[in-house]
Amino acid sequence: MVDIIAKTPCEGLLPLTIGTTTVTEVPPSMMTSVAPYKGCEKALSTVLKSTHGIAAPAPGRATGKEGARAIWFGQRMILLMGPVPDAALAQHAALTDQSDAWAVVRLDGAGAAEVLARLTPIDLRDGAFKRGHTARTELQHMMASITRLGSNSYQIMVFRSMAETLVHDLKTAMQSVAARNG
Amino acid sequence: MRVEGTGLIDRSSPVGFSFDGHLYQGFAGDTLASALMANGVGMVARSFKYHRPRGVMTAGSEEPNALVTLGLEAGQEPNVRATTQELFEGLMARSQNRWPTLDWDLLALNDLAARFLGAGFYYKTFMWPRAFWERLYEPVIRRAAGLGALSGKPNADKYEKAYAHCDLLVIGAGPAGLMTALTAARAGADVILAEEDTRAGGRLNAESFEVDGARGAVWAAEVTAELAAMGNVRIMTRTTVTGAYDQGTYGALEKLGPQMVARAGAPRECFWRITARRAVLAAGAIERPIAFANNDRPGILMAGAVRAYANRWNVVPGRNIAVFGNNDSAHRTAADLIEAGVHVSALIDARHHATCDLDIPFYPGAEVCNAHGRKALEAITVATTSGTQKIRTDALAISGGWNPSVHLTCHMGARPVWNADLEAFVPVAGAIPGLSVAGACQGDFSTRACLESGIAAGRRAAEDLGLTAPDMAAPMAEDSNYDILPLWSVPGRGRAWLDFQNDVTVKDVQQAVAENFRSVEHMKRYTTQGMAPDQGKNSNIGALAVLADATGRGIPETGTTTFRPPFVPVAIAAMGAGAQGAGFAPQRFTTSHKASIQRGAPMIEAGLWYRPSYFPAPGETHWRQSCDREVAMVRNAVGICDVSTLGKIDIQGPDAGKFLDFVYTNTFSTLKTGRTRYGLMLREDGHVMDDGTTARLGEQHYLMTTTTAAAGQVMRHLEFVHQCLCPQLDVRFISVTEQWAQFAVAGPKSRSLLNGLLDQEIDDTGWPFMACGEVSVGEMQARLFRISFSGEHAYELAVPSRYGDAVFRELVARAEAMNGGPYGMEALNVLRIEKGFITHSEIHGRITAFDIGMARMISAKKDCIGKAAAARPGLVDEDREQLVGLKPIGAVKELTAGAHLFNRDDDAIRVNDQGYITSVAFSPTCGHFLGLAFLKNGRARHGEVVRMHDHLRGSVTLCEVHDPVVFDPEGGRVRG
Repeated sequence: MVDIIAKTPCEGLLPLTIGTTTVTEVPPSMMTSVAPYKGCEKALSTVLKSTHGIAAPAPGRATGKEGARAIWFGQRMILLMGPVPDAALAQHAALTDQSDAWAVVRLDGAGAAEVLARLTPIDLRDGAFKRGHTARTELQHMMASITRLGSNSYQIMVFRSMAETLVHDLKTAMQSVAARNG
Repeated sequence: MRVEGTGLIDRSSPVGFSFDGHLYQGFAGDTLASALMANGVGMVARSFKYHRPRGVMTAGSEEPNALVTLGLEAGQEPNVRATTQELFEGLMARSQNRWPTLDWDLLALNDLAARFLGAGFYYKTFMWPRAFWERLYEPVIRRAAGLGALSGKPNADKYEKAYAHCDLLVIGAGPAGLMTALTAARAGADVILAEEDTRAGGRLNAESFEVDGARGAVWAAEVTAELAAMGNVRIMTRTTVTGAYDQGTYGALEKLGPQMVARAGAPRECFWRITARRAVLAAGAIERPIAFANNDRPGILMAGAVRAYANRWNVVPGRNIAVFGNNDSAHRTAADLIEAGVHVSALIDARHHATCDLDIPFYPGAEVCNAHGRKALEAITVATTSGTQKIRTDALAISGGWNPSVHLTCHMGARPVWNADLEAFVPVAGAIPGLSVAGACQGDFSTRACLESGIAAGRRAAEDLGLTAPDMAAPMAEDSNYDILPLWSVPGRGRAWLDFQNDVTVKDVQQAVAENFRSVEHMKRYTTQGMAPDQGKNSNIGALAVLADATGRGIPETGTTTFRPPFVPVAIAAMGAGAQGAGFAPQRFTTSHKASIQRGAPMIEAGLWYRPSYFPAPGETHWRQSCDREVAMVRNAVGICDVSTLGKIDIQGPDAGKFLDFVYTNTFSTLKTGRTRYGLMLREDGHVMDDGTTARLGEQHYLMTTTTAAAGQVMRHLEFVHQCLCPQLDVRFISVTEQWAQFAVAGPKSRSLLNGLLDQEIDDTGWPFMACGEVSVGEMQARLFRISFSGEHAYELAVPSRYGDAVFRELVARAEAMNGGPYGMEALNVLRIEKGFITHSEIHGRITAFDIGMARMISAKKDCIGKAAAARPGLVDEDREQLVGLKPIGAVKELTAGAHLFNRDDDAIRVNDQGYITSVAFSPTCGHFLGLAFLKNGRARHGEVVRMHDHLRGSVTLCEVHDPVVFDPEGGRVRG
């Protein structure tokens, strides 16, 4: 019998604390892209609600909470994080396993928005990017998904293969912010 | 020389610094310029072209003269303006453009030859012999003329870039900017107040008068404190807005303070991109000089700058100072100097009607027409109605009037308009969408007018943002007259400077006109006026006034050149922060990366990916040894190769098959579930875009594979096709490249290796060539594809990426136990060339399906992208270059990629070109080199001998043309 050991995308790279901000890897969970077929948006939303208790998020929004979250993931695409998708969803949407495809980290702490402002062009002000808001955008040179989880807490996702660059870029920005804040 | 006074320096905090190796002392709050002045250092630079002694002229970022080099070695920064450089302990500055020293500069000889070196000199003199330009003239000129130099070493400092967003961006924190920010902030707007200086206040820090009963600087500090205490205002000092761009985006350069830069991990500068719904430009105005003979002598400064030095830094450029102006503001300089206890030797006012109450020698209706002294000003000659008179003086303060800082309003193509009352250009309304102008920048030259226009601008901005501003009244402040008499240059013998930074004189402009370069744009280019790093901040208006005079036109008819970003020089390191070295692009690592590195595999970059080139075994000293061994290993046993970098796209939906039929030349809707098919994809212009295999995983479920190089391009193409060309199709797709780690298991022993690993054994009946399906290894669910890029009996095993590292190690260990092992890109390339398989070396963008012998793959039964275009006669012409195989048969046994092909007896010249080689490899299987090439009418020329000629490497050999497939042409091994 072979023992095949699983590794997380950021293994050996995180956690990292500089100044008041910390980056940690989000423990791996099931991640499924849910892409509704033609005219199935409403039906999908109903099933999502009845099976997983989560409303389908509007563009730029995330719904649910830790353990079962639905994140808008681009044009007519939702990322379901946490639960194993109910089979009923497949009648209304293309489901694709993405559990291993993304490096998922959390940036927490006072100054987290300042760190992100060095890497992403999106408007991170409290009024514009509230808790539950999400964006597909760029992080330095990488395409990313950024979701605000709390007042000083963000979830950041980039392609798994870019985990090292992600950590490097975050680290550089965190050092700058820490140095500025003395 | 330091004077008494309560400026903004801290006399209890001395700061040591050096200039050209001499140690000096200044105070906290000093700039390098004010500290040098305090130490009596008058000459700080040599001029660009004539190497004339130069001193500090201004007190701001418009400084043309006082450019110095800071720091040493890799950290050296040239062309730092001493006038904006904060003093810090240990600051080390050096003068520039002098040899051997600032005081004794040999190249000052240029000044003696000035009559030969005027504008247009280079164009006329260095015409011939032509070859001399690059080898002789240019190096000599480059050495003789110039500013500071870079270290030539890679940048050693950290720079940063950042983004900010706001409702209102206020550019400049003088009286107008402060009131704009205050008004809008009180209305509830989210405000960014950007200020170039180390503190807010603008001219209020430089002037002696009061606002609201308090000293201007004190009032400014109070307002700033109020703003800082509001939650909706962000004050960004040391931040120069450098450019206005589309969609309310502004570039800004922040130079962090010395204390902050000294901290570990701190950047030196930050380039900001600020997105603002509205912006107010309150950038103030820049005082302009008056041209007269030798007006560039050290000790001649702008009158407003002299007030700034006296009032803010408590320094003066001499014990004995004269003032020369054409407007009321010059009188304030005289008054402030008297207040500071300095002897004012003369107040020369070009206006005949001017009056003066001060107890100083006053010369109304007079002009300064010459300056004396070389390294320091000693005297001036004043022309009055009754003749000329020489006056001894250490320094001269000049005011030729003020130019509103319209620069940013020009950044999107608008030109400022002439205001005859102010004798200046002012911004035109609507120059930048969303941006309005306030204060001196729009011609409000009194403090009171600035405060009022600031309130008005803040109110307008708030209303635009849907907010209501509270009623605010402007505080009591100075509201004096300007009363300017135009005076640009004083006639007389000798060179009168217009552009101090590029050494352009009145004569140069007149010379341009004489040579018929009469338009302002031509004059600029002929004389280089305004083309120095300061972009002519001091000189543009003066120069075009002289041009207007010389051409007999008015200033409005002459027009003006405009300004481009950046407003101040910006280091490329700041704009590209984070992108230096490896930061240039993200690095993508496969799950087997660490294991490959541990085996000593050198990595090569494939797009953003890093892939192992080969895996050196003990005793191997050359890559070819490793490569040959790895090829033989795959041909005779089994090899393992990470192929995860190939693009994988998960495609689902009722119309998935139809969609694939449309993007691929061949048919996929007929593919059976559990089977894989090779597909060819064309661009709309009929050329090959990409190739790869696509597997049918279910009735409505396909998995497309792309090449590594074109993964992004194909994904984009699919999105385009679906969104724009056939939105009616119900199909959804997403990249799963990163989800699966995929490994090729190739070679005669591949199945036996897998059967030791998989939970369920596979055989030829269940898993024939091109089969695919699910397999498991314990808890791990995986996908297996029986496909081959080596021509061997081979599989690709795809596992969830989390298991990639472990599975790669396991596969390699099992392969090694069977006399196999890992193989890299080199061996992969050899294996596919032996089989005549193409990569993007072949399908490089100009190649059709016809060229690679796949014309029949364009199905006749259906339409597909590129089909019509591919059928154009020129794309199916028999004379086109077609894919062939080559082997060397001459004395030289090596083929080289990129070499061109010629008929055996033709000259190797362009018109005889028959084709070119795209890929080569030494085939250990055949024992000689193999090449893939495109050759005119190649398919009909198998067996023919052609000559390879590599002009670049100088290699020539004869080759025999043959079929691209050399190894196992029947394909028995792949099915075996």
